[in-house]
Amino acid sequence: MWIYTKQLEYPVNIVNPNPRMAKMLLAQYGGPDSELAAGLRYLTQRFTMPDDRCRATLNDIGTEELAHWEMLGTMIYQCLRGASYAELDEAGMAGYYTMHDHGVFPADPNGVPFTTAYIACTGDPIADLVEDLAADGTTA
Amino acid sequence: MDTAQTALFYRISQYRFMCVELNIYLDTHPDDANARADYLCYARRLNQLIDQYEAEYGPLLNFGQSPTETGCYVMSQWPWE
Repeated sequence: MWIYTKQLEYPVNIVNPNPRMAKMLLAQYGGPDSELAAGLRYLTQRFTMPDDRCRATLNDIGTEELAHWEMLGTMIYQCLRGASYAELDEAGMAGYYTMHDHGVFPADPNGVPFTTAYIACTGDPIADLVEDLAADGTTA
Repeated sequence: MDTAQTALFYRISQYRFMCVELNIYLDTHPDDANARADYLCYARRLNQLIDQYEAEYGPLLNFGQSPTETGCYVMSQWPWE
């Protein structure tokens, strides 16, 4: 099971609205190589990982990715907080606002909703690890 | 949160960050004695700081992981607030 800690892995304190930044951050929150995608990759692939060290690593980094995802969600929430419709529209977020208001929805910057079609879980440890490299390597 | 609470809160955050990163390193390097010693040292200090924080200000965790008489899990500030 997981135990939730009421503390971010690294502090986030954004005071002024910045919808343009929020839009770009959506890539890491709900895009193909987002923290959410990484977390789901590792936490699903771990079940069929035969090596002890790899299994532990997938479990632990999968858990950490979810903590990163919470940081991204916090950044987007704080960047949208207090932003007017005019500011959102100017940042190209009129469509997002129509669908989600100031909610923090897992979509990419173009509004495409997150899907598990982005990730692979092949049951083959080498194929899975290569897919992890391709996905995490693109965003560092 | 007052200044003292905020300072302790971020001190916990720093030690937790060290523990997370050392833990992940040790997953693939279990025989690195120096890293293991660092991990134990930071982990002990982390738990001391958490105990101190929770006794003074209230629980950081739920599901039985923070048995403290002080504060209220539901009412304390969420990380994004």
